[in-house]
Amino acid sequence: MFGQANVLAQGQAEFPPTVGDFYLPSILPWGAENSYFFTKITAMVWIAVGVLIIFFLASYRNPQLVPTKKQWFAESIYGFVRNNIAVDMIGHQGVRFAPYFTTLFCFVLLTNAFAIIPFFQISPNSHIAFPAFLAVISYVLFNYIGIRHHGFVKYFKNSLIPPAPWYILPLLIPIEFFSTFLVRPFSLAVRLFANMFAGHMLLLVFTLGGFAMLSANAWLAPVSVVSWVMTIALTFLEFLVICLQAYVFTVLTASYVQGALAEEH
Amino acid sequence: MYFLAAEGGETTHNPIIPLWQEIVVGGIAFIVLCFVLMKFVFPRMEQTFQARVDAIEGGIKRAEAAQAEANQLLEQYRAQLAEARTDAAKIRDDARADAEGIRQDILAKAREESDRIIAAGKEQLAAERATIVRELRTEVGTLAVDLASKIVGESLADEARRKGTVDRFLSGLESTGAR
Repeated sequence: MFGQANVLAQGQAEFPPTVGDFYLPSILPWGAENSYFFTKITAMVWIAVGVLIIFFLASYRNPQLVPTKKQWFAESIYGFVRNNIAVDMIGHQGVRFAPYFTTLFCFVLLTNAFAIIPFFQISPNSHIAFPAFLAVISYVLFNYIGIRHHGFVKYFKNSLIPPAPWYILPLLIPIEFFSTFLVRPFSLAVRLFANMFAGHMLLLVFTLGGFAMLSANAWLAPVSVVSWVMTIALTFLEFLVICLQAYVFTVLTASYVQGALAEEH
Repeated sequence: MYFLAAEGGETTHNPIIPLWQEIVVGGIAFIVLCFVLMKFVFPRMEQTFQARVDAIEGGIKRAEAAQAEANQLLEQYRAQLAEARTDAAKIRDDARADAEGIRQDILAKAREESDRIIAAGKEQLAAERATIVRELRTEVGTLAVDLASKIVGESLADEARRKGTVDRFLSGLESTGAR
């Protein structure tokens, strides 16, 4: 878990940071380069899952009609996703998707948050594997919901054929197919991944840049300080991105489900 | 998944290509998370929300029922009050009528009584007068006869004649008195 700290402590970090900085040595077996089952990244995923399960089970072990503070907090997370995402986007029948959306939102939010939590300081979502399988789940979910709701043929007719004059359809149908069935999962995954990747890279650049300037010339120390101040400022920006991307991922999934359920195109 | 970079044989990664190990681990972890939260936590939250809605709606319903009952009671009390007022007014009217009746009775009785007393007085007076007249008649007769016998010196023992003389005398008196 402290692989990155080790790297920094041993002075191995080079400037400028590279993609390699995202792939930390394995924890088990210790230090192996190409073993990915138990790394800092996967450990963080397990920690996120554990924290969320423990938090929700503990705060909802004994639910009261008049909630305690902890219960209220857990309820407001669920209530936020339920009312402001699921019901707002999908309508009344969105309630049945609220549990999945909330799980998704909490998971993305917490794994994103690792990007700025001290000692974690990298988000698992900066590895595309995690956004990718979340996007695949969303993709399968909205297609499955659509097919179950409309039937196979009607669903594809609904999603592919927009209400347009017939002579424009040969142009529109491929575009619709491309945007709905090819681009959606990809854009969903890449949006989250790229945001977290870029955020981490940015923080690395300013942190390591400070060290690089300091070791290059002692007179550059004030500039290093500026660089580190920038790191702090960017951490706040990163916080915004973390929350926003978790929200966007959930909202887009909800919007895809809504589109699949919609009667009209 | 990864390829060897030209420089120094160091392993470099292509960040856009997912590592299958991470997909497996992340997938398992996320499915565990989904299973626990979606089975044990969020349905219970939904139940709690529902229970809360029921509690609030039940409260409103109870309040409405209480309100309706209160209104009904108020209506009932108003009706009773109005009834009581009419009753009171009726009783007052009755009492007034009774009082008037009693007054009339008493007046009538008093008038009757006074009439009776007056009548009795008149009767008594008439009776007394008759008695006096009768007594006077005999006495005056006797006196007159005595006087006449003394004056004339003759005794008019004969009852029938004497009576006829006295009567004649008295009639003469009455007629002169009436004139």
